[in-house]
Amino acid sequence: MPDLLLELFSEEIPARMQRRAAEDLRKLVTDALVERGFLYEGAKAFATPRRLALHVAGLPPRGQDVREERKGPRVGAPEGAVQGFLKSAGLASLDEARIVSDPKKGEFYVAVIERPGRETIEVLAEILPAIVRSFPWPKSMRWGAASREPGSLRWVRPLHSIVASFGPETETPEVVPFSVDGIEAGLTTRGHRFMAPQPIEVRRFADYLPALERAFVVLDSERRKDIILHDARDLAFARGLDLVEDEGLLEEVAGLVEWPVTLMGAFDERFLEIPPEVIRATIRANQKCFVLRGAPGPDGRERLANAFILVSNLVASDGGAAIVAGNERVVRARLSDAAFFWETDRKVRLEDRLPKLASIVFHERLGTQAARVERIAALARALAPVVGADAALAERAARLAKADLVTEMVGEFPELQGLMGRYYAAEQGEDPAVAAAIEEHYKPLGPSDRVPSEPVSVAVALADKLDTLVGFWAIGETPTGSKDPYALRRAALGVIRLILASEARLPLRAQIAAAAAGHGQEASGLAGDLLAFFADRLKVYLRDQGARHDLIDAVFALPGQDDLLMVVRRVEALGRFLDTEDGKNLLAGYRRAANILRIEEKKDGRAYDSAPDPALLSLPEESALADALRSAGAEAGRAVAAEDFEGAMRALSILRAPVDAFFDKVTVNADAAALRANRLALLNALRVATREVADFSRIGGEAR
Amino acid sequence: MSTARPLTATDADLQPTRSFQGLILTLQRFWAAQGCVILQPYDMEVGAGTFHPATTLRALGPKPWKAAYVQPSRRPKDGRYGENPNRLQHYYQFQVILKPNPPNLQELYLDSLKAIGVDLGLHDIRFVEDDWESPTLGAWGLGWECWCDGMEVSQFTYFQQVAGFECAPVAGELTYGLERLAMYVQGVENVYDLNFNGREGDEKVTYGDVFLQAEQEYSRHNFEAADTEMLFRQFRDAEAACRAYLQAGEPGPGGNDARHRMAQPAYDQCIKASHVFNLLDARGVISVTERQSYILRVRELAKACGEAWRRTEAGGLVGETAAP
Repeated sequence: MPDLLLELFSEEIPARMQRRAAEDLRKLVTDALVERGFLYEGAKAFATPRRLALHVAGLPPRGQDVREERKGPRVGAPEGAVQGFLKSAGLASLDEARIVSDPKKGEFYVAVIERPGRETIEVLAEILPAIVRSFPWPKSMRWGAASREPGSLRWVRPLHSIVASFGPETETPEVVPFSVDGIEAGLTTRGHRFMAPQPIEVRRFADYLPALERAFVVLDSERRKDIILHDARDLAFARGLDLVEDEGLLEEVAGLVEWPVTLMGAFDERFLEIPPEVIRATIRANQKCFVLRGAPGPDGRERLANAFILVSNLVASDGGAAIVAGNERVVRARLSDAAFFWETDRKVRLEDRLPKLASIVFHERLGTQAARVERIAALARALAPVVGADAALAERAARLAKADLVTEMVGEFPELQGLMGRYYAAEQGEDPAVAAAIEEHYKPLGPSDRVPSEPVSVAVALADKLDTLVGFWAIGETPTGSKDPYALRRAALGVIRLILASEARLPLRAQIAAAAAGHGQEASGLAGDLLAFFADRLKVYLRDQGARHDLIDAVFALPGQDDLLMVVRRVEALGRFLDTEDGKNLLAGYRRAANILRIEEKKDGRAYDSAPDPALLSLPEESALADALRSAGAEAGRAVAAEDFEGAMRALSILRAPVDAFFDKVTVNADAAALRANRLALLNALRVATREVADFSRIGGEAR
Repeated sequence: MSTARPLTATDADLQPTRSFQGLILTLQRFWAAQGCVILQPYDMEVGAGTFHPATTLRALGPKPWKAAYVQPSRRPKDGRYGENPNRLQHYYQFQVILKPNPPNLQELYLDSLKAIGVDLGLHDIRFVEDDWESPTLGAWGLGWECWCDGMEVSQFTYFQQVAGFECAPVAGELTYGLERLAMYVQGVENVYDLNFNGREGDEKVTYGDVFLQAEQEYSRHNFEAADTEMLFRQFRDAEAACRAYLQAGEPGPGGNDARHRMAQPAYDQCIKASHVFNLLDARGVISVTERQSYILRVRELAKACGEAWRRTEAGGLVGETAAP
């Protein structure tokens, strides 16, 4: 079966776009083929800084033949009908049609139209140029003399040549005949820009890959990443060091080279006085190099080594000495800048930086950073006792939490916000809890980020997030669909995880009101909507943790559920209860009762929601159930009030036997109306009792 | 004087690896050989070589254009009183503009590196994504920063839009950071140690000899002394003059000559407004919110000048341009 090889050779493609572009190319080409009825065995796409390549294996040489019979007019039909038939069937004369006789209709003409399947290569010649012209680059450009005219080809950077070959493995493949804006598809590509600039003739994927390797191009980015990672680890190991791995950087660096050559450089040991995160950020962001860990310091803390790993694109004639020397110079200059920032930033105390925050707008409708800091400080102070933090420390931490935004270091490396604040706070002798909170108040940053546990950090982290959520809710900037520019979903999840991890009792309604007051707002307008948002986020979170979302619904359906810790405790207890035999049976009994009630209440057009009359209990099973409901309901209510959800479930579990016996022995729809009404009221009492712990009607499916 | 050296300096002195001026001369010769007109710096203060009308204005319109020149560039905020070995408030850019860009512009650029002494078998040259945008000029393009052993030595841009107008055809722009390149090829760590004239001993002139005092004086001026009241006034004046000249250059009614007649003098005022804004910014008298509005005002001028330029002969106006 023939294969397609396609290569689009251009000037350097931004590293961050390569993976997606290869995937887009694969999908666009294979989708277009399948849409036209051409199936294939496999397809794989590749990207390097200078090329996108695609291999589609196992295509048919041509499409399926199509045979179609078309009925015409009867023999002897008027001339007009005959001509119309000939024309529509594409026949020159009636000689080319067959005559078929039908016992009912007599003899009539039939045209047999046979369309041979199209040559695959022909179809490719149609598909490929269209895909090149409309390729979905995130940003594309025009270039050269052709850009004089409107509608000239756009590509991510100038496109220079196209390889497109099609054919079976055993024969000489053919060039897919097409051109795009004067670039003719052919069989010629180029190797490495510096080490093999000559043209290379290729035929098919099987020889394309080795031809590129000979010309110093590793086509597969995964292989480039492997090479870099292994070489880097080896280089580090040989020096007794440890590579600080960094997947994002690895991906980027692999997109900057066609032939990775990994080298090690060093910098002056005195720079190790700079915080390691700063060294890493400097070397990573500006130089795209990896840092290394050395032996732990005297204090047992992890230390960086005064060395770095760089990945070049060249097997240099001096073994890389000049490349290493050049990179070391730049690293030296950058670290000098960082050392300067580290030096000068520490000359100004964090609290002395606060006035500057007054000139930085946080959001045009939510005021300045200074105003925000004031609000967060007030909230943190109020929250402190709830999470077991010292109120003064929480307020202090909140007040200093954003001060590092106006330091030189954070100006240069925004990703170090918080962390630098912590360093500077420690340097100026703040309480360790305050220093830690300055860094940790941004956390958790996502579902897998660590949740702070130090109470001061928890207080400030909660205050920061609640202020943000309430603020944006107050101005109507809430997330919609995939749009969440202020990361409010993340903030809400952060609040949830903070509350659960610290086991804080924090009824949200009151907290929302407090945060809204900071914004000069009434909470009434937004509290309901924001609570529903929290409930949604909690559901997503618990579902990810493996909880049943119907149980979460069953708990949230009860009124006044704004204490997330209690909601979760209750959901957990409910889940465990429903896993027991007692739980399953009670749920079954509840459903039976609820069904009967639904039907009878609908039939009678009334609700049976009054308490059962003890005088009307005629059978022992009725009395037994009524007694059990009275005591179980009361016991469950007491347990819930004491936040003992296990106890509440236990209390309900005693209902199992009387409920089973009731359904066994008692006919609910008794002939005597009063008796019937009282039995329905008894069933309703069961419904009411279960509502002490959850709305059982929201529980779905079979209990696992 | 009998000790006078021959008028032609020795080739060794003017090796690009040995003197700053040798580097400039080599680049000029290289691009002259590619058919560029070698211009001299524009005689106004600008923030980057792109502001030179030979780039900004000539990038507009259909006419082919090839030019190369050194442009002294002023970044008032980057002054460090001569104390930082890498940062200057006044430095040189070498600017090349080729419209339309030739298909082999990357190769030409690499050849120019070879010409100034960068051995491509020894050094790691990389094209790293860097999309260029000038909010004040209403211009953007795609391209790279060019790295040599991890150091950014040039900017390489395919102009897509200038003064708010699509470039048709697209021009390729190369900007070499001359001090950085010279430091690299001379193997010097401090910009002030660069050998300027390639001589040794008593005859050696360093970059510091030429510019250190100026860096100190201008840093003081930019951060401490620049007369802000005067500068605010100059900004307003330049803005008004730009508009007035654009108005005055409009073709008169009734004539059959549709050309604009004063696009370039108007554009000078736009350049001036831009530099005055940079000075005010360095003095820290423009707040964050005001900043945006000043940038916008300069952009409006740049757009209006670009629009006028497109109605000049060099801007490509064809048709009813015959003199009466």
